Amino acid sequence: MAKRPVLQDFVVERDESRCVACQACVRMCSNDVHSYDPETNKVESDSAKCVGCHFCESFCPTKAINIKRSASQFRENANWQYRDIANLVKQAETGGVLLTGMGCDRPYPVYWDHILLNASQVTNPSIDPLREPMELRTYIGRRPDRIQWTVDSGQWTANKKQSSSIQHPASSIQSLLKLEIPIMFSAMSYGSISYNTCVSLARAAREIGTFWNTGEGGLHPDLYEFGKNTIVQVASGRFGVHKDYLETASAIEIKIGQGAKPGIGGHLPGEKVTGDISRTRMIPEGTDALSPAPHHDIYSIEDLKQLIFALKEATRYSKPVGVKIAAVHNVAPIASGVVRAGADYVAIDGLRGGTGAAPLTIRDNVGIPIELAIAAVDTRLREEGIRNQASLIAAGGFRNSADVIKAIALGADTVYIATSALVALGCNLCQKCYTGKCNWGIATQDPYLTKRLNPEIGTQRLVNLLRAWSLEIKEMLGGMGINAIESLRGNREHLRGVGLSDTELRILGIKAAGESW
Amino acid sequence: MEKLVADKDYRVASGCAVVGIMNQDGKKIDGSAVISSISVMRERSNGLGGGFAAYGIYPEYAGLYAFHVMYKTEQAKGCAENYLNKEYTIEKTEPIPTRKIMGIDSKPMLWRYFLCPRGGNSNEEDYVARTVMHINSGINDAFVFSSGKNMGIFKGVGFPEDIGHFYRLDEYSAYTWIAHGRFPTNSVGWWGGAHPFGLLDWSVVHNGEISSYGINRSYLLNFGYRCALSTDTEVIAYLFDLLSRKHGLSFEVVAKILAAPFWSDIERMPPEEKDFFTSLRIIYGSALLNGPFSVIVGNSGHMVGLNDRIKLRPLVAATSGETLYLASEEAAIRDICPGPDRVWMPRAGEPVIGKLNDRRASSVVSRT
Amino acid sequence: MKRIYIKEEYCMGCRICEIRCLVQHSKTKNIIKAYKGEYPKPEPKMLVEEKGHLSFALQCRHCEDAPCLEACITGAMRRDKRTGAVLCDEEKCVGCWMCIMVCPFGVISRTKEGRKVASKCDLCNGEDEPVCVKNCPNGAIVCRDE
Repeated sequence: MAKRPVLQDFVVERDESRCVACQACVRMCSNDVHSYDPETNKVESDSAKCVGCHFCESFCPTKAINIKRSASQFRENANWQYRDIANLVKQAETGGVLLTGMGCDRPYPVYWDHILLNASQVTNPSIDPLREPMELRTYIGRRPDRIQWTVDSGQWTANKKQSSSIQHPASSIQSLLKLEIPIMFSAMSYGSISYNTCVSLARAAREIGTFWNTGEGGLHPDLYEFGKNTIVQVASGRFGVHKDYLETASAIEIKIGQGAKPGIGGHLPGEKVTGDISRTRMIPEGTDALSPAPHHDIYSIEDLKQLIFALKEATRYSKPVGVKIAAVHNVAPIASGVVRAGADYVAIDGLRGGTGAAPLTIRDNVGIPIELAIAAVDTRLREEGIRNQASLIAAGGFRNSADVIKAIALGADTVYIATSALVALGCNLCQKCYTGKCNWGIATQDPYLTKRLNPEIGTQRLVNLLRAWSLEIKEMLGGMGINAIESLRGNREHLRGVGLSDTELRILGIKAAGESW
Repeated sequence: MEKLVADKDYRVASGCAVVGIMNQDGKKIDGSAVISSISVMRERSNGLGGGFAAYGIYPEYAGLYAFHVMYKTEQAKGCAENYLNKEYTIEKTEPIPTRKIMGIDSKPMLWRYFLCPRGGNSNEEDYVARTVMHINSGINDAFVFSSGKNMGIFKGVGFPEDIGHFYRLDEYSAYTWIAHGRFPTNSVGWWGGAHPFGLLDWSVVHNGEISSYGINRSYLLNFGYRCALSTDTEVIAYLFDLLSRKHGLSFEVVAKILAAPFWSDIERMPPEEKDFFTSLRIIYGSALLNGPFSVIVGNSGHMVGLNDRIKLRPLVAATSGETLYLASEEAAIRDICPGPDRVWMPRAGEPVIGKLNDRRASSVVSRT
Repeated sequence: MKRIYIKEEYCMGCRICEIRCLVQHSKTKNIIKAYKGEYPKPEPKMLVEEKGHLSFALQCRHCEDAPCLEACITGAMRRDKRTGAVLCDEEKCVGCWMCIMVCPFGVISRTKEGRKVASKCDLCNGEDEPVCVKNCPNGAIVCRDE
């Protein structure tokens, strides 16, 4: 057949009456969509190159540009949608695995949109967070079932020896992670995101009193000063793992899996492994950083236990060691095993969790939604009487404060956000992170592009986001007549489902809307 | 008993009246005083539940567990008695004496048993608690509503003063009386759903709505407590049992768990104290009772009054000699004790603790 | 006095500062009219320097010891006593370009169309904040007191 022309996902509309040919768009597009013709003094656009990141549209001084989805060129039908045909055509041409970025965008049910929150009326006063204290502080890590205590002459003192009732030698209660709001930044590696993005996350975490996560890319030497707000990852590639890295962090996270690509490891193409990244990851410049699919020293749960305790030994039991897994079908028993193996927290990353690069078919077809995973894991851990032994962190596509508070009511101790944080930094979910051409300076190492993210602005925007969400969470809590987040945690009485099947309600452990207590 | 299932399966929010009287020297008084006191607050109940707990009423069977059980059917009674006979030596079985009262009708069969477990049990109390949970959740139409030694709970559907006369409480004498009048927000009335809730020698009456109910219940599940009812009082009773009996914490500490001080207050404490309260909140965060409540909890040796952490429900305390009074309204205390030595409004989260044969009632010094 | 500082590490080279400067110094101060309808064509009073991925906006530094003031033969170059800014009085300027010769930063240029006079940054006379500062999308140009 004849060679098919390049498919066009977007159309760049330029209002010629407004375009003044200032060429800002020409200078800004990393995909070379726009070009200036001095003969006609006009700017032309090649829509076929457009990825729909809306950078030029956002900054056009005369608002002359409008990026639109291209109207269908194909004769679609219910079975063969545009994306199916377009993807198939790409593969017929390249013979390769389709890559993509960010989280699953398929229309699976978003259970958050089928869960409603409660509020007080008459029998129970709602609380006004502007006038009364409203507490969001959260601690992450293993805690004993009971306190060992003494009261001497009216003095309250906690006995420091708490290990007797605990299955494993635990880090002390003082080493638990203290969060002022129950939201942390999820793992994104230096390499997949730019240095300035890392700086923004770290500074915002420090300012708000929460944590950011290095991902598997190591910790840039400049960022060691943020150790008190840093969780470091140990992933299957072991990139950047060394003594100082482990010691600087407040917690260590063993990454088993990721919601966007359960069952496979991270891939960072050699082009992105530039000077600082190669040093931070401790690999030669220009080599592909390919994390193996499994940890090759963890083929079973007892192996995980060994790694957990190796890391605890290495850090003298001074900090929590958690494990991050993807939400897969068997997530509840797996999480239970992870807790029993000694993890201080389990982070679960759901189907809609993002990524810098993943095979499209895996991102869109593997795993389960985080809502069901939280409910299943929390229920399982409580049934087994080990819920206190580890904290539960939920990740994977939290879009707003309501999603967060619903996750906590389902049983999560805190949530990880990453996509939301990137959107706050400018990301428009164009899903082209893997190309390294991010116009917003987020998922790129190109020096032309990375400077587009000014960490001072970035920090402020992230702080604003977390502050806004925490204010909203306080309002919702107060409405329910609750003034401490721990009283909502796992309190599914405050949730009701709409439009859900009996099975879904059962797994979520919530009643249907309209049912009273 | 027609509505048994309904009340068991649904949580009922209720406004309420509570009264507690304790003579800390152990001197006993009959039930007419507490009936008079609770009747003062008649408008705080709506005739859909009233009840009493009395301590020290069965001195002749002091070593035996006194089970008060309500049955809907003869079959249920047979079933429960079979079960009890297998596991326990029953010293005495009798109907609970009642008198006919206008307004108290559709009463269930009310029986009491004085019994002790057969054979040696490493932990007798846990064993008895399990028996109660087994009957209440496993045998249809049978409900054990009192299971302590030398104490009894008397409750039903009606105004509390009518319930008191119905059970002939003027014929019992006790050193601690706890009473409750109920104002449930739905109309389902079930005798077992009235307060006090009891397990072993714990009795709990409360006025309020626990917004943290869901997590408190799940937290208790972690420690093997299965909530058979859907009531806040049940959860409060189990929390007291867990924290006080199993974890051996003093009532002062239990109060600081159930109505925890705010982080902002903890931040200002001296280092050791700050450490203690931080640990307490980290470990027992899921036991925090959130939402409005005033609660009176009794056991053989104590009577404790406690408000929620921002005092959203009323509770007044008074002392007169060795007698400690707690009530929703001061009028209810003045009705039976016109000239108390001291009357005060306990602050949010500050427990009022009465102890038998011990020093006088005192509230914990405010630390805020 | 208030000075403009550059954070070249965040300059993305979009030249929106130049565009806004041009509009600010046009007759209509309307971007579309300024580009499409005005003659002489308005010009920016600043420029963005670029080499490789390094770029930064460059405006008159309003030097304390300004050589252009010394070199000006007509007294067109003067210092505003109130703001401390170095300004060019276009009425007095005769277009001898001595200022351009001596400027160590190369931030004075000659107008390309219309009258031949020296063109330079006037700190957007009268504005609270120069428009290049106000409109930089990435905070790469800042204005602060010494």
